[in-house]
Amino acid sequence: MANMTGAQALVRSLEDEGVDILFGLPGGVVLPVFDQLYDSSIRTVLVRHEQGAIHAAEGYARATGKVGTCIVTSGPGATNIVTGMADAYMDSTPLVVITGQVATNMIGTDAFQEADITGITLPVAKHSFLLKDARNLPEVVAEAFHIARTGRAGPVLIDMPVDVSRQEMNYEGLGQVRLPGYKPTLKGHKRQIEAAARAILAAKRPLVYAGGGVISAGASKELAQLARENLIPVTHSLMGKGCFPETDKLSLGMLGMHGTRYANYSVCETDLLLAVGARFSDRVTGKLSEFAPHAAVVHIDIDPAEIGKNVRVDIPIVGDCRLVLKELNEILASLRGNKSSPRRDWTAQVEEWKRKFPMGYELEGKLKPQYVVERIYYLTKGKATICTEVGQNQMWAAQYYLYKEPRSFISSGGLGTMGYGFPAAIGAKLACPEKTVFDIAGDGSIQMNIQELGTAMQYKIPVIICILNNQYLGMVRQWQELFHEGRYSYTDMSHQPDFVKLAEAYGAVGMRVNRTEDVRGALQEAMQITDRPVIIDFWVEREAGVYPMVPPGESILNMLGGDLDE
Amino acid sequence: MNKHTIAITVENRPGVLTRVTTLIRRRGYNIDSLAVGATDDPTVSRMTVVVEGDDAIIEQVTKQLYKLIDVIKVVDLTKEHLVARELVLIKVKADHSVRPDIVQIVDIFRARIVDIGRTSLIVEATGDQRKIDALEDAFRPFGILELVRTGKVAMIRGAGEDNRRK
Ligand SMILES: Cc1ncc(C[n+]2csc(CCOP(=O)(O)OP(=O)(O)O)c2C)c(N)n1
Ligand SMILES: [Mg+2]
Repeated sequence: MANMTGAQALVRSLEDEGVDILFGLPGGVVLPVFDQLYDSSIRTVLVRHEQGAIHAAEGYARATGKVGTCIVTSGPGATNIVTGMADAYMDSTPLVVITGQVATNMIGTDAFQEADITGITLPVAKHSFLLKDARNLPEVVAEAFHIARTGRAGPVLIDMPVDVSRQEMNYEGLGQVRLPGYKPTLKGHKRQIEAAARAILAAKRPLVYAGGGVISAGASKELAQLARENLIPVTHSLMGKGCFPETDKLSLGMLGMHGTRYANYSVCETDLLLAVGARFSDRVTGKLSEFAPHAAVVHIDIDPAEIGKNVRVDIPIVGDCRLVLKELNEILASLRGNKSSPRRDWTAQVEEWKRKFPMGYELEGKLKPQYVVERIYYLTKGKATICTEVGQNQMWAAQYYLYKEPRSFISSGGLGTMGYGFPAAIGAKLACPEKTVFDIAGDGSIQMNIQELGTAMQYKIPVIICILNNQYLGMVRQWQELFHEGRYSYTDMSHQPDFVKLAEAYGAVGMRVNRTEDVRGALQEAMQITDRPVIIDFWVEREAGVYPMVPPGESILNMLGGDLDE
Repeated sequence: MNKHTIAITVENRPGVLTRVTTLIRRRGYNIDSLAVGATDDPTVSRMTVVVEGDDAIIEQVTKQLYKLIDVIKVVDLTKEHLVARELVLIKVKADHSVRPDIVQIVDIFRARIVDIGRTSLIVEATGDQRKIDALEDAFRPFGILELVRTGKVAMIRGAGEDNRRK
């Protein structure tokens, strides 16, 4: 079709892949590419720090299910995206990350701004390409996107030397994907699915444990059908939030370290645990030997390496969660006939636990962080997109807002990256402008990528940052309170900027709230603002804690606090 | 803990060796030996890795290896009937008084002398691990100056093959 440079072909191929938003920040070796972006239909969003670019791309990907993209320069630009790569790898977020590289003849010479970024990111990339010849670009780009979004999704890196950007080549559209070593199993093994179906019908106390894989696979409808038609309660991991409506009678909310009492009790009583798109993280299981002690385990996952990694599995099913659940539902329907489900005892038990051990906190006294989250839930009718930072703020955001839809909760689960939430919120808002997007933040985390206020101002992105300001690295303080005799070693963060003035310095809106009765008004006001970001600095009770809490490494039955009867 | 010999068929692309070894290291497994080389198909390389671990660990290594895009096939050869060979070069101290003894050992092991110095010899041998170990033991009293082993390569006996793209 056309003779062009590598840079032109790169931008053209991104367009051909359907990329609409690209986050980035230029530098020497990516100048030829940025020059092409100047005229492209792709909307390029200039960030203030490359970590912001990659987290924004993650937010975009998590909000839409599409591949998020970003482009940065070599050397420091490239090393600044390493945290985001690790984050996306842990949370199976589809990304294609483009880094500039020094010219091919300079690689290995410690040239100016050279960094071995394919080497540095090797353990945290699903795959990476060092593009040494522009003629391979059409295949490399096609393969990168294919790898990022299929199978267990993840981040893919393309490292592009500057001379390759200038190299003349012939671009005739995206190339063929040829990856003989890469064939994700999508369809589950029929006999295994049948075995799972029989186990479900025979079980007295079955329980679904759903993870982020349900959301990635778009399997919420199938999961809800499974739960409702067979009367199976559902608990979820942090990454699984929104995969099954938390307002449903069958939902037990989150399990694990900061899960609900009733979810953890159910895990300990179940005789059949159906793990769907989940990976038995230590934050979920606590002490492994005491996790689901009475249960046979069915594990459905697209990644064979997850099955049997942490927990012994009785019925492993490798496949796409949606396809497997669909088939499972069909088999169950035919096996069940018109017999009704005999499990009222179990659901009654679960409901009793829910009644007896509800989530709750003391509202008396100073403003409570949990109250702020609850207010956000009621005011948005649970229809917002909630991004979070990391720490107590993240856990309260998980506990006191009921997620009803997939992709409504966007948080750094596996890596626990402070500074993730705000750029992710920017990405999510750009991807879904019709949504109200919040970043529920801590005073510590927000300072890790606060510079993106500049980006949000430049592109008029109205995300609402709610700082649950306890002037502490609160989650760490909580661990010190509980496990280090209250020695608050280097967690007091009371030296902090005036966040209201800081917002105003950027031209954004800043508000401060100290009193419970002002929360609602401030949130309502913030939700009216449509052309710029808002920071609401909530001065909450400094030493509020996240409860229930299972001490690390202990059985998830050993929950501290969160029991109003106690 | 048993030793497992794993054959990994990979795309012959730059960086593939690093990907495999980084993965094995990152997951905390130890490599006893590693040999890499071409196959009859120039786009495909074959790595033979010996790692230590129980069956659960080896299963996890195998699954993790399969996650690498460039890995085509992973076979644990340990349970198969296989031909396994390693090559060793040993530089042994050898003045005139002990040369006949050394030559005799070389004959017994069907090894070869490939270089003769004034006070030393270089001996080359191939065989399975036990034979190489025994040879090393036999030379030790004379004084081993230098020793290199290639690491094991292995192949299933009979018509079974494990190199192809499927
Ligand atoms: C980049 C990074 N550094 C350190 C940590 C360890 N850490 C986990 S929670 C936390 C405290 C976060 O403080 P803040 O953002 O104020 O949230 P809070 O817990 O007070 O709500 C820290 C330091 C982390 N998760 N990420
Ligand atoms: Mg804090």
